Amino acid sequence: MEIMNDEKPRIILTEHKVVNNFPTGPTVFDEHFEVKKFKKKLQIVIVRHDHLEMEFDLIGIHPFLANTFRRLMLSDVPTMAIDQVHILNNTSIIQDEVLAHRLGLIPIRADPRLFENKADAGGPVQEKETLEFELKIKCNKDSSKKDSSRAEDMYKNSNVYSKHIKWVPIGNQKSKFKESDVGPIHPDILIAKMRPGHEMDLKLFASKSNGKDHAKFSPVATAFYRLLPEIKIVKQVEGEAAYRLQKCFSPGVISVRTEGDKKYAVVNKNHARYDTSSRNVFRYEDLKDTVVMSKVQDHFIFTIESVGALPPEAIFKEAINILKDKCFSLLTELNS
Amino acid sequence: MPDLLKDINIELFGDPMFYQKPVKEIEEKWKLVPAFLKVKGLVKQHIDSFNYFINVEIKKIVEANNKVTCDADPLFYIKYTNVHVGTPDVDEGFNISKPTTPHECRLRDMTYSAPISVDIEYTRGTQRVAKSGFLIGRMPIMLKSSNCVLSNKSEYELAKMNECPLDPGGYFVVKGQEKVILIQEQLSKNRMLVEEGKWGIQCQVTSSTHEKKSRTMVFHKGNKYFMGHNLFTDPIPISIVFKAMDILSDREICELIGVADVNKLTPTLEECHKLKIYTQEAALKYLGSKIISKRYASSIYQVKTPTAEARDLLATTVLAHVPVEKFQFKSKAIYLGLMVKRVIQAQSDKKFLDDRDYYGNKRMELAGSLVSLMFEDVFKRFNYELKSIAEKTIPKIRATQFDVVKYMRPELITNCLVFAISTGNWTIKRFRMERLGVTQVLSRLSYISALGMMTRVNSQFESTRKVSGPRSLQPSQWGMLCPSDTPEGEACGLVKNLALMTHITTDIDEYPIIRLVRNAGMEDIGMVASIAIHSSEAFLVFLNGNILGVVTDYKKLINIFRLMRRHGMISNYVSIYPSFLHQCVYISCDGGRLCRPYIIVQNGCPLVNELHITELQKGIRSFEDFLNDGLIEFLDVNEENDSFIACYEKDITQQTTHLEIATFTLLGVCAGLVPYPHHNQSPRNTYQCAMGKQAMGTIGYNQRNRMDTLLYNLVYPQAPMCKTKSIELSNFDKLPAGQNATIAVMSYSGYDIEDALVLNKASLDRGFGRCLVYKNSKCIMKRYPNQTYDRIQGPMVDAQTNQPLWKHKCLDNDGIVSPGEQIENRQVLVNKSIPSLTSVVPVPGAAANNSVEYKDTPLGYKNVEPSYIEKVLISTNEEDTTLIKILLRQTRRPEIGDKFSSRHGQKGVVGLIVEQEDMPFNEYGICPDIIMNPHGYPSRMTVGKLLELLSGKAGTVEGKFHYGTAFGGSKVEDVGEELIKHGYNYQGKDVFYSGITGEPLEAYIYSGPVYYQKLKHMVQDKIHARARGPRAVLTRQPTEGKSRDGGLRLGEMERDCLIGYGASMMLVERLMVSSDQCEVDVCNQCGRLGYCGWCNSCKSSGQVSTITMPYACKLLLTELQAMNITARLTLSHYCK
Repeated sequence: MEIMNDEKPRIILTEHKVVNNFPTGPTVFDEHFEVKKFKKKLQIVIVRHDHLEMEFDLIGIHPFLANTFRRLMLSDVPTMAIDQVHILNNTSIIQDEVLAHRLGLIPIRADPRLFENKADAGGPVQEKETLEFELKIKCNKDSSKKDSSRAEDMYKNSNVYSKHIKWVPIGNQKSKFKESDVGPIHPDILIAKMRPGHEMDLKLFASKSNGKDHAKFSPVATAFYRLLPEIKIVKQVEGEAAYRLQKCFSPGVISVRTEGDKKYAVVNKNHARYDTSSRNVFRYEDLKDTVVMSKVQDHFIFTIESVGALPPEAIFKEAINILKDKCFSLLTELNS
Repeated sequence: MPDLLKDINIELFGDPMFYQKPVKEIEEKWKLVPAFLKVKGLVKQHIDSFNYFINVEIKKIVEANNKVTCDADPLFYIKYTNVHVGTPDVDEGFNISKPTTPHECRLRDMTYSAPISVDIEYTRGTQRVAKSGFLIGRMPIMLKSSNCVLSNKSEYELAKMNECPLDPGGYFVVKGQEKVILIQEQLSKNRMLVEEGKWGIQCQVTSSTHEKKSRTMVFHKGNKYFMGHNLFTDPIPISIVFKAMDILSDREICELIGVADVNKLTPTLEECHKLKIYTQEAALKYLGSKIISKRYASSIYQVKTPTAEARDLLATTVLAHVPVEKFQFKSKAIYLGLMVKRVIQAQSDKKFLDDRDYYGNKRMELAGSLVSLMFEDVFKRFNYELKSIAEKTIPKIRATQFDVVKYMRPELITNCLVFAISTGNWTIKRFRMERLGVTQVLSRLSYISALGMMTRVNSQFESTRKVSGPRSLQPSQWGMLCPSDTPEGEACGLVKNLALMTHITTDIDEYPIIRLVRNAGMEDIGMVASIAIHSSEAFLVFLNGNILGVVTDYKKLINIFRLMRRHGMISNYVSIYPSFLHQCVYISCDGGRLCRPYIIVQNGCPLVNELHITELQKGIRSFEDFLNDGLIEFLDVNEENDSFIACYEKDITQQTTHLEIATFTLLGVCAGLVPYPHHNQSPRNTYQCAMGKQAMGTIGYNQRNRMDTLLYNLVYPQAPMCKTKSIELSNFDKLPAGQNATIAVMSYSGYDIEDALVLNKASLDRGFGRCLVYKNSKCIMKRYPNQTYDRIQGPMVDAQTNQPLWKHKCLDNDGIVSPGEQIENRQVLVNKSIPSLTSVVPVPGAAANNSVEYKDTPLGYKNVEPSYIEKVLISTNEEDTTLIKILLRQTRRPEIGDKFSSRHGQKGVVGLIVEQEDMPFNEYGICPDIIMNPHGYPSRMTVGKLLELLSGKAGTVEGKFHYGTAFGGSKVEDVGEELIKHGYNYQGKDVFYSGITGEPLEAYIYSGPVYYQKLKHMVQDKIHARARGPRAVLTRQPTEGKSRDGGLRLGEMERDCLIGYGASMMLVERLMVSSDQCEVDVCNQCGRLGYCGWCNSCKSSGQVSTITMPYACKLLLTELQAMNITARLTLSHYCK
């Protein structure tokens, strides 16, 4: 396998396996961790960012560190989620436990940084630990709309949505938070379906915890990274084969250039990033050896999909803080 | 030269002008299958058969036994003029009944039954009285049969009755339990069967009519031919039987047998001369001497001479199905002659032997015919009892006139039918038939298990015999019985399942068929000279095993017959086929034949075309129209074997007579769940068939209204991404049992060896594999003859705190738990107490009920894991006693050790639950729900699972369902193309990153959604350990089993290990100290056991010492003593 001529550590995607390909010079893999060097090498490029999702590149970093951030975001950054449900009445067909489970999975808008972890599970409700909600709803016949057989028209409150959950402030919470700061993030999550006569009267208590405890406390839908793909055409591909080659990659990765009556494939600069590593070239015997697909091992394309309680960048920052805290506590452990 | 070639070609292959165009494939012709199922339903066999019984056969039975007379009074009679089975109702007391629904019966532990009422005419004294609508018993009603309230109801109406619209019906509700009468497979009756027997080749016929059942055999022994029958003590030489049937001349006997080589018969014929039997009289006398004498001679019948008796038996019992009128034995003689001929033919040529495993020789017995046997038996008994009551009562002189109606109690018939269905013991005295396990409780583990049970076929063959024939797959099962769905082990191959399109016939009236055959050129057998019967041109015509006549142009007969059938002039289910071997044309219209629809092909062209299918899709055409228009016909196994059937249009040639409707109908309902079964190793499909029945999911739309003893539900069931057409047809996608899990085929952690699965904890948190377990607890409030009754009291209150006791914490004020409460081990569900005296009648005038003493018998909850109370039902059952049912619920999330399986017979337990961050993830951020070890594939060769994953993955990215239908389904190329379209690898393998190190994995990981079933075996139900606990009373050893908190046995083999290792003290500890250690006093003088340091036989305490031994040993010694055997022990100091 030919080496791509630069100093980046790579993996090469061959037909049946992933092969490591290190340059002759030193890489992040060989280096002794040193903050100064690390600071100099580390590069963060934010590619895409909105209130729920974010894509950024983390360049020049050892995979263990990148993975640590990913792991921390998944399971150590805390959020608030409904943890206890007091069922005063539930005559709907959905079982109490299942209902409680469903309620738990509803993302809650509340800044977890303003709360503390619950000290003891059976203890009293405290304003700095717990958010209280109420879900009180009853399904009735709706006589206003006639001539309809849709459940939504025939009955009032036939669908229980997350918007029906109402926040009940405890203690000073009323002054501390605005009404818009607390509540379910999405108003239209279907919790249950009811029919006339069904009723729910629930008290919900949200507390702070992390994804290790239960997936509902995880602040992200998912957080992951991938390595930057790089594609290099090593043999010129012409004519019909060029179009075939183009189809083997994600759209935009390869374009076909015309020069005179010759058509040949070229890799679009900076667009290989969006290749999905599908490796479909290996389907064609004649194209197999014309491309080398590689990935840069110290270039991580991170994607953070927040569930909404925290903005994605805050999640990442929280993860860094947690790592910091963990290091500190390890150091103090070691020193004591 | 080219001309020459052309000529040769024409000569060889015919003129190209007449070449057939390739037959165009009829697309969507499988749509006929749903059309078929719409008319027939998946369990139509049961319902058809029961309908036939309740509407037709019951009338015939009553008509056949319509008169009860009495010897005591010649004037006395009861005559049944009509019988009618009503619609199900329940007795609400005071002779008021109200219509009921099956669901009410299920909940209230009642029998879903309808009154059987008769119109009778009888004499009271000299008066003639007529009564109509008189109740003689109650008939359990099959759900969805014609008398059931559910028949022909819309989905809405069914929902109103709390019934699932997808429920197939076809079972009974007896005492609140759902009971299925399994389809029983047996050898067909009234047919000749030539096979190798005890004395070589024999031809046997099991005759069965309404009155009689008997078996007649013809076999060769020595050099003579004999007839054997269980009426006669010895085999009877054939010639004597013929003589007894008034065939006196030897020549005619030879003609009737019709064998060219007469020499073979000479020794048989000689027998007559040896015994000097020349007349019918003499032959009958001989037969009379051979009759097995009855143990008790009934006095009622006038005593007959042996000759007359022999004649009677010959007419009625020997070959009972061949009708004999006024002792004209001609037809019976022809039949017997043919039997002899078959034996002789088979002796010279093995191909004349029949195969008893061949499905053309089998009949399925269904609920209708079994219930009708039972009903006929009990109805006869009912009449017999009436008769004997009349005989006893009429001679007595009484004040009131004898009114027989008062003695006609409906309990006899009701109880007999209910007992038979609820226990499954089918005892029919007049046929000396005793069968066990005919009915089974309908398994409601999942929808498929219930459906699978309805299509089950049980073989009568005993499972203990070691013959492979009945167990192996028969080629004639093709399309009729599922080749995959059979259990493993004991019942392997004996319990089978019907294929998707199989229909089982019911009896059809013979008369129109006989008329048709006569009109089509058959000579009646009575008109044919004996010599002509066996002539080489003549074909014998059989109808249901009886010889009808002779035909010369059999082709014409068959063509006319089939034409008439296709035009609907006779029933669709009548079959006709020629046997060139036997030179016979067989026509069958009896019940219990397996048959299945095919598209008719004429002149190499299927009659069904695109147009018909579009009409079908538009709803203009129904399946019945196809039948009526003669485009499709039903073939039974025998006729199928006389046809050329093409599987696909491309296979059609000039000879083809039929075309398969859809190839996937070869499989049954359970095997239909497997995607791409044609890519799997066949045992894997069989395993899945067994496992699909254990998968939990949904059981019906009414599952929340049911109160079963055990019910498993999945919290979030899903329809599979990779469907099959059978899944849609069986509505599995509407009532699924499983979830689409994203799996990654890779090794992880070592906790995945031996098929163990690694699960993602976050998936479990989000609801994967979560299930609900419902159990019910029940109690009855009895009333006792001494005016006392059980009572329930409210919770007991602690005197100090004024709070209910912990035990009674969940009780309401009425003493029954309240719904929604969590209940823990040993808490009380119903605080019931029963009176301590129930039989003693209180002295009148003594203190009233309040002095009655009560004994607490609370209904407790026994399970280490707590449950919630789902609901409580208080009602009354049929005996009008109060019934309290409590439904308990548990929600379980998967834990290590729970069993999961894919749809390819790949089961495994959860070996490890891993945090999401430790799971591998791909470039899309997807991490799998399940990691499966790749070692599961090579040895099992479940390629279907690989394909399921691939098409499931393509389906998810494309947003559609892919099909994995047997012998079809989405092709790998197309699926791969779809994956490429969405930027995935065409092989389904993705780059994955390790969740632990964060680096990319070296291998590409095959990953995607696969449908996983959670099986009912869960750790929570099985986990068990004990330190101390109860012991058995007799042996003082620890009890056995989880339910009795038993110990774990150190068995023989484990013991062997310890002996081999030499751990003797360990052995003593395990086998004695920890089990049934016991101190006994042994007298060293006499060696017997003593007590308290005293030997009772020596009357001394001098030599008594105490030793330790297992109590079982002590028990043995005392038991031996009780048998007058003294075992003496000799003691010595072991350290000496």
